[in-house]
Amino acid sequence: MAARYVSIWFRYLKTDWCSLDRPHLKTVPFVLRAPSHGRMVIVATNEYARAKGIRIGDVLADARALVPGLEVLDDVPGVWDKLLRRLAEWCIRFTPIVAVDPPDGLLLDATGCAHLWGGEGQYLAAIQNGLLNKGYDVRVGMAETPLVAWGVARYAVSTLVPAGQNTEALLALPVEALRLEFEIADRLRRLGLHKVRQFISIPRPSLRRRFGTEFLRQLDLALGRESVPLEPVIPIEPYREQLPCLEPVLTLPGIEIVLRELLDRLCTRLEKEQKGLRTAVFKGYRVDGKWVQIEIATSMATRNRDHVFNLFALRFSSLEPGMGIELFILEAPKVEPYAPQQEKMWDSSGGLDDVRLAELIDRLGNRVGASRIRRYLPDEHHWPERSIKLATSLQEKPMTTWPSDKPRPLQLLDPPERIEVTAPIPDYPPMLFRYSGKLHQVTRADGPERIEREWWIEKGRHRDYYCVEDEDGHRYWLFRLGHYDDEQSSEWFMHGFFA
Amino acid sequence: MQVSTADRIKDLRAHIMRLEGFRPASGSWPGTGTSSFPWQSFPVGAVHELLCSEMTDLSPTAGFIAGLLSHLNGNKDVILWISASRNLFPSALAPFGLRPDCVIFLDAVRERDVAWAMEEALKCPALSAVVGEIRDLDFTASRRLQLAVEKSCVTGFVIRKNPRTITTTACVSRWRITSLPSASDDQLPGLGFPVWKVELLKMRNGQPGCWIVRWMNEQFIEERSHVAAALGERKAV
Repeated sequence: MAARYVSIWFRYLKTDWCSLDRPHLKTVPFVLRAPSHGRMVIVATNEYARAKGIRIGDVLADARALVPGLEVLDDVPGVWDKLLRRLAEWCIRFTPIVAVDPPDGLLLDATGCAHLWGGEGQYLAAIQNGLLNKGYDVRVGMAETPLVAWGVARYAVSTLVPAGQNTEALLALPVEALRLEFEIADRLRRLGLHKVRQFISIPRPSLRRRFGTEFLRQLDLALGRESVPLEPVIPIEPYREQLPCLEPVLTLPGIEIVLRELLDRLCTRLEKEQKGLRTAVFKGYRVDGKWVQIEIATSMATRNRDHVFNLFALRFSSLEPGMGIELFILEAPKVEPYAPQQEKMWDSSGGLDDVRLAELIDRLGNRVGASRIRRYLPDEHHWPERSIKLATSLQEKPMTTWPSDKPRPLQLLDPPERIEVTAPIPDYPPMLFRYSGKLHQVTRADGPERIEREWWIEKGRHRDYYCVEDEDGHRYWLFRLGHYDDEQSSEWFMHGFFA
Repeated sequence: MQVSTADRIKDLRAHIMRLEGFRPASGSWPGTGTSSFPWQSFPVGAVHELLCSEMTDLSPTAGFIAGLLSHLNGNKDVILWISASRNLFPSALAPFGLRPDCVIFLDAVRERDVAWAMEEALKCPALSAVVGEIRDLDFTASRRLQLAVEKSCVTGFVIRKNPRTITTTACVSRWRITSLPSASDDQLPGLGFPVWKVELLKMRNGQPGCWIVRWMNEQFIEERSHVAAALGERKAV
């Protein structure tokens, strides 16, 4: 059987993808831009923008002059390879061998597949309609060699080359259909060779002398004299293990045995692939048709069976077996690469990188909620409430040192509490203040330390902070909001307690 | 060689204390070298109880714990601070010699999660200390904490915020820290270094004591001049 290849050309891959969740962009001229050499250049256009004469590589300012109401979005680098890969995985329904053909195409080995759709015409139509329903405008070419399929998808009127007519189809294609480098294609055109037909009969030695071996290789690829193996996309099998039971499981020991068995299988696979799980779901399908599940999450990737088991064990109480569970499924929806750690002989280092600490945090987090376990890093703000930020992980290191030049209270009230104060003006510390129903006599005081509002974040009045001590020896952090003013009476607040 | 009965009992006592997780710590703090502590030094690997009858005692108590921990720990060790209503400001731990990014805070929603989390955490040898703000700690709960500590040798601090009743607990010691007017050597105006009255109300295998302590240059410094006054005051009470 002759080999058959299908090439899919996404004509407006990037703009189609961008308009998937922005339907209003589907009917207006729309481009993607990216900076290049200090100016904004268009990297993708949609159908309407193209019809108005905007081409990829144009400067954005020129395009805006051409089309006043042009919609512009920023290009997102790095997404397109993933997108193509996802589309390739989707196309596995048409043939088992699908390869990504960057920058804007897919290549399918369709040998022996088309009859299942009732013929090659229907096969191509099915691919085209399927992708059209997903929101992508494609042209699909089919031929005996990948290169001709690529060529007909992009340059021919009729995109289906019947078996045995590969060479004829190639002859009618323009030189660009051979995927040549720009210089070679340009040289061919300048010599007046616009179609493959015009130079196919020229002796090979003279072609090699003029256009190089690469050119001949492309020609051989097109004619099927040479071939390049495809690199098929292999979809990642979901991390999922299941265990049907002969008899419905009712008891806790039974469930524990099942979970250990499933965890063992899952972790063995994770070990092979050097991965660790971040979340896991344990589902039970009950005899009465309902299903129950418990979920866990870990703070760093793990494949420690006992640790994951213990995390699940905390949730067993919410797993109701009812009349009995007959099918168990263990899934790991989120996995991460996880290199095996070198076993230490003396693991007494402690510190934030310790695995035992991460496991403790998981156990605590699964009961009280992971968001309630917090670690702080210094942030470069002088406004007290913003001077710390939450760390995203246990391993995150502080970017700056902890400031210790200014006195800060060990306890900070959030929000500050309003107090009544007697203070001599201007700018003297308070003499008396009333806080939570008690009158405090100030014996010593420091200040003021003025902290201005960070105007680029929020508006408001500045704070003048005083550290004061009362006659009992308690130390407080007070502030006055704003200046002494005729219109507004000054407002005082209690903001914290020193040690 | 004849070993006297007294020596033998002393050895046995030391052995029991080791089984209970006691370790003498190095460093200097109030009461070092006196008979207040077993082995004349602050015991780590045990659970200490600190009373805070009033909300104003909370800051000096937290400062005292932070000061102790900075001496007990290396610089890298991790501390877990468990609370159900926390106001502690991490930045302010830096002057007490702790690295605030090595302190992990657990803000529990319910009071009973604090005791549970504290017990779990005390079992983890990767931590160097666990501080829990627990209002009511009964004897059974404190026994559980003590049992957890005996295996892992983590130091635990229980801050009793506004306790309703003060009952017997299995904690190794009971402290009360209150603040006193701040001190400066050269009569400068303004606030000086923080001064605390540190009362050791109970200590297993040790004697109670009372010290006036100033926190200066990341160290505890005993205020000799205050002692007489404070002791007099204590007698009056």
